[in-house]
Amino acid sequence: MTSPGDSGKREIWPLWEVFIRSSRGLSHVHAGSLHAPDETMAVRNARDLYTRRAEGVSIWVVPSSAITASDPDAKGSYFESAQGKEYRHATYYTESESVPHL
Amino acid sequence: MIPKTKNVNPATVTAESIAKSAVVAPAGVASYALGLGDDALILAQRLGEWIASAPELEEDVALANIALDLLGHARSLLTYAGSATGVTEDDLAYFRDEPEFTNRQIFEQPNGDFAQTIARQLVVSVYFAELYRALSGSADPTLAAIAAKASKEVDYHFDHSYQWLLRLGLGTELSHERMQRGLDAVWPFVDELFRADGAQADVAVDPARLRARFDSTVPPLIEEAGLTIPTVQPARGGGRQGVHSEALGPLLAEMQVLARAHPGAKW
Amino acid sequence: MPEAQTTSAEEREFQRLIDADQRIEPRDWMPEAYRKTLVRQISQHAHSEIIGMQPEGNWISRAPSLKRKAILMAKVQDEAGHGLYLYSAAQTLGTDRDTMFDQLITGKARYSSIFSYLTPTWADMGSIGWLVDGAAICNQVPLCRVSYGPYGRAMTRICKEESFHQRQGFEILLQLMRGSAAQQRMAKESVDRWYAPALMMFGPPDDESPNSRQSMDWKIKRFSNDDLRQRFVDMLVPQAEVLGITLPDPDLRWNEERGHYDFGELDWSEFHEVLAGRGQANSVRVSRRRRAHEDGAWVREAARAYADAQAAPERIAS
Repeated sequence: MTSPGDSGKREIWPLWEVFIRSSRGLSHVHAGSLHAPDETMAVRNARDLYTRRAEGVSIWVVPSSAITASDPDAKGSYFESAQGKEYRHATYYTESESVPHL
Repeated sequence: MIPKTKNVNPATVTAESIAKSAVVAPAGVASYALGLGDDALILAQRLGEWIASAPELEEDVALANIALDLLGHARSLLTYAGSATGVTEDDLAYFRDEPEFTNRQIFEQPNGDFAQTIARQLVVSVYFAELYRALSGSADPTLAAIAAKASKEVDYHFDHSYQWLLRLGLGTELSHERMQRGLDAVWPFVDELFRADGAQADVAVDPARLRARFDSTVPPLIEEAGLTIPTVQPARGGGRQGVHSEALGPLLAEMQVLARAHPGAKW
Repeated sequence: MPEAQTTSAEEREFQRLIDADQRIEPRDWMPEAYRKTLVRQISQHAHSEIIGMQPEGNWISRAPSLKRKAILMAKVQDEAGHGLYLYSAAQTLGTDRDTMFDQLITGKARYSSIFSYLTPTWADMGSIGWLVDGAAICNQVPLCRVSYGPYGRAMTRICKEESFHQRQGFEILLQLMRGSAAQQRMAKESVDRWYAPALMMFGPPDDESPNSRQSMDWKIKRFSNDDLRQRFVDMLVPQAEVLGITLPDPDLRWNEERGHYDFGELDWSEFHEVLAGRGQANSVRVSRRRRAHEDGAWVREAARAYADAQAAPERIAS
């Protein structure tokens, strides 16, 4: 199963997902998607579409069809096991709460 | 002689900042800036015609970006040109008649199809890129700043036209044919871009100087796209002297109609 | 596990997320009707942005100052961008853009009927910004919290970008009202034409809007048509005072008891005429887009052919 929105080969220009780094020091963040005939044009279209107001310093584009997503039906088995492991979080450790620099 | 003035920051130079600074262009500089401003304005007006009619929505956005950049250059250059005689960018854009416009003729030509528009964009973007790069070293600080800012923008315009040149030239038989026809249609107007316009040497760029760069840059790109460099007779030209093709009159009539119906009005 | 039971568990989970004001994301299970309603709503919204480029595009070439030309160009460009954001959002529901766009240019899809009105004067650029974008913003701000994630994210981006659209329109009118008698006439005449159609943008009165209830329950519509319309009118009246323009409604007056402005009945027969395709410009708008799309087919095909031939090498991001 691939990315939501991927149309396979039905469309004349395929769909691309766009990731923008809004300033140095930050990660690229998903901004949206667009259509482009190839990766060269996809980067340019992304520049024109998603950085009209100086929103970015770097752009990634990825064919939507190249994204593999986790199975939404397996949400439980994927993400619920992390719940109930509160000992992974600092807030679990209450005895040391008032000790400085801890 | 250029009076010694402080440098102008290219990052922030706009028509508004020039108007506010109360800088006054020396007469020779003003007429030069006017010609460049007219070039950019008329091309922006032409490219604006594509908005809502481009081959794909993404391309509507791309062409509008280019048109907006050019309009920005035009506004700065016209504002500066007008400072010599105390007139505004709008006085110059809306209240001059056709023979007073000094744009070169390539800019006023109708868009044609997308291939022809790309052909013109290729030619003029290379020309602009070379021009503004050289002009950013001008002895006139305002011109230098406008050119330095524009230089980065036209580099992108060049890239846009080059990408499309490749895709149309090497895409399908039909696109190849149309791209070739587009080049053939704009080529007669190339020569005029590089004719001397008698501007002051220390502030302006001698266009003849840019020709060599153009000739070494563009033909290989055309060949890379599988296309042939047109062999056509150059058009007579004369845009800088106010001589225009039949295309400019209707363009101006449309552009100026509302402003002229309300002389003196503010908008 | 029996089929029926599975479905109801999914339904319960869907409803739980909606009730908890959580977002539904593309690959979550959702009722078919929810999906269909959303695709229709989002694509109509996208079509409206794209068709909406034309009434304003009409004045790019004639804008009366270079500053106004630049603003208008940027605004019409934004509309193309907003159409694209929305098509992207709709595409996450499984209908691709080429299909949606085809529905638009073959006249099968709806777009906001406001864009079937003509823009004979420059003042219409002011009225569209102030009244049409003003109404659109009233509609759109609550949609930033819509239950479908991609739609809400697109709306958030759009609302942020549109903040200048209404202001520039208001300032066009303000400038006209400060100008010559002819300019003032132009402004007033335009507002007279656009006021009622703008109020109708919120859709028919609540008692004639049968689908609203379900959409409200799904949280893809956050306020009723009449509530939004009232909010809009309350906003407009003081703004009209700043402009020095009288809104064309003799029944418009402050109601102390309700804490709102009362306003007159709208002529819904006109709304239904436009909706039925008998507006000033219905056929012109669609055929213009269709022509652009058809004229551009060879360009899109060329780019695709080039891409296929290039067999693009892998790129490593950095």
